[in-house]
Amino acid sequence: MELLRFTTAGSVDDGKSTLIGRLLYDSKSIFEDQMEAVRKSSERKGLEHIDLSLLTDGLRSEREQGITIDVAYRYFATPKRKFIIADTPGHIQYTRNMVTGASTANLALVLIDARKGVVEQTCRHSFIASLLKIPHIIVCINKMDLVDYSEEVFNKVVEQYEDFAAKIDVTDIRFVPISALDGDNVVNESENMPWYKGESLLHTLETIHIGSDENHLDARFPVQTVIRPHADEYHDYRGYAGRIAGGIFKPGDKITVLPSGLTSAIKSIDTYGGPVEEAFAPMSVSITLEDDIDVSRGDMIVKDESEPFVSQDLEVMLCWMATRGPRPGAKYFLKNTTREAMAIIKEVYYKLDINTMEKQEDAGDIKMNEMARVRLRTTQPIVFDEYRKNRITGSLILVDEATNETVAAGTILL
Amino acid sequence: MDLAGFEVNMHKYSLTHLQELESEAIYIIREVVAQFDRPAILFSGGKDSIVVTHLAKKAFWPAKIPMPLIHIDTGHNFPETMEFRDKLVESLGVQLIVGSVQEAIDKGRAVEESGINASRNELQIVTLLDAIEKHKIDAAIGGARRDEEKARSKERFFSHRDEFGQWDPKNQRPELWNIFNGRKRMGEHFRVFPISNWTEMDIWNYILQENIEIPSLYFAHNRNAVYRDGTWLPASEFLSLRDGEFVENKLMRFRTLGDITITGGIESDADTLEKIVAEVSATRSTERGNRSDDKRSDTSMEDRKKQGYF
Repeated sequence: MELLRFTTAGSVDDGKSTLIGRLLYDSKSIFEDQMEAVRKSSERKGLEHIDLSLLTDGLRSEREQGITIDVAYRYFATPKRKFIIADTPGHIQYTRNMVTGASTANLALVLIDARKGVVEQTCRHSFIASLLKIPHIIVCINKMDLVDYSEEVFNKVVEQYEDFAAKIDVTDIRFVPISALDGDNVVNESENMPWYKGESLLHTLETIHIGSDENHLDARFPVQTVIRPHADEYHDYRGYAGRIAGGIFKPGDKITVLPSGLTSAIKSIDTYGGPVEEAFAPMSVSITLEDDIDVSRGDMIVKDESEPFVSQDLEVMLCWMATRGPRPGAKYFLKNTTREAMAIIKEVYYKLDINTMEKQEDAGDIKMNEMARVRLRTTQPIVFDEYRKNRITGSLILVDEATNETVAAGTILL
Repeated sequence: MDLAGFEVNMHKYSLTHLQELESEAIYIIREVVAQFDRPAILFSGGKDSIVVTHLAKKAFWPAKIPMPLIHIDTGHNFPETMEFRDKLVESLGVQLIVGSVQEAIDKGRAVEESGINASRNELQIVTLLDAIEKHKIDAAIGGARRDEEKARSKERFFSHRDEFGQWDPKNQRPELWNIFNGRKRMGEHFRVFPISNWTEMDIWNYILQENIEIPSLYFAHNRNAVYRDGTWLPASEFLSLRDGEFVENKLMRFRTLGDITITGGIESDADTLEKIVAEVSATRSTERGNRSDDKRSDTSMEDRKKQGYF
């Protein structure tokens, strides 16, 4: 059984919580005592219907205000796949939460109200999916029950979205007409829309091909820590522990350690269950080398045929996440894979309007939830790939020196 | 290589969901050891902390787990849990730190609850924070899962605690990709949850797959118990009977393990891991439904977590 991580964004009005509730309920992932608690809470609030959003909005302040603020993670499984949903708020003031949810997703669910068609929020969610290089988008055209299950309305919205989608960089986009409230085309195919020849949302989620989403071409192994057992049996053992971030490694492969440039060959790839013949992303393993060379946390072991970039100058799209914007000339801790360096924002080229993807030059200071195209200069060389080639080696965060807060997330461009 | 061959080949390079969850957890446990000076594993003797300990063993093999286990001893334990704990610690060759709730009460650091539903659950908070301070622990790895409880569904993998050990749910650091920010000031610490993305079903399937040893309490056995609030509470010296209540001998097992005074069991004849997996996959109520500590209010977990609970 494979694991699929997907993200949703939206406010209560577009039926996002109802859709998630429906997926959880129909896949039997909601237990009776949870349902009973939600029914009681709905009753106390004087609601006539069972408010499924109470299942997902967990914090006191969210329940009080009836809104989703933070990213919530939800789980369900069918006999075919296990799913992790990163459920995020849709409003522009929570862009950073959407970016967070999108960062680990293989797929984005974009919800459109069939009556309203493509609106600003639709564009924003799709742009974020595109900027974070989510490989698949499923556009759910919801509330079909309110437009008489009309094929014409559905086709019009699809056309509208496709016009807009020419601007984004996602190749796999699919459309499903649904009614989250009644369950049409969510789990089961709808009898109300015989004109729709495609599959239900759940069936699409279960079968969409995600095997090629990982980069299996460019071999990357960021070293997390060095394993040195102080036992007689393993006296000279030096294992480099890490999680493969791309490509396939095998014993005998010639490798280079970056940024030092030292070379060696792989002696063994070890796991608790025994040595393995090959290892690929996202496996956690320990690698031993033929030669006793200097390798430590923050180094990256790569194969000779395709090397990443090593540089102190990075071209980056930043999403600012802190209430206070960047101070001029301020230094930040930059974290990329297991490597850390100090960095300064050398230049801000423009800000990106997340609703329209338009560049805004001379748009003033960077504020929370804004995207900005910048150049960073680091004190130490960083080992990276272009984000669109590898989402692990191509991503970074900035941490404020004074507060230790994570203040920005960045995707590396060329 | 033709395209069809490529597809077949690509399919080979994929992990099952349990392999991927395992790899993610091992990555996080290794990050803790790399980023912190004095990490520790919070060990309750329950299945989740046993799985975390198993993952830590895998993460550093062939070396030993490079950190101690911390057990917060409420003094109201199942004897089976204590036996299991001591055996495991011995086989791993790691240090065990015990924080005693009884000692905290004796020293006046904590006040025993009174009344019919009294428990030492909340008293674990002060004992845990004392142990963290005394041993200068800067990262405590726990076995909490996001599917367990709604406040936990919002918790980060790396969860920051201020110098009072408090969690601020409205001001959590964003956590992106697999980059974890463990930077902190002196006196602050982190709670880290490597199995955040696992469900109860994943835990059981993994225990079965890896054949991990767990306390006998999880398997069906005969025991004296009292039926209260929809669950079978084990009879013990700490349990006082209410009017109309009586002790019965039941074939039962526990789905979660905590303090003996708050952990209810279910009637069950599942006496093998296979039968437990089958039972859990057919069950229609949550595992913490038998935990009276969660039933105190809608947000009791969030409230306890803010104070420094697990």
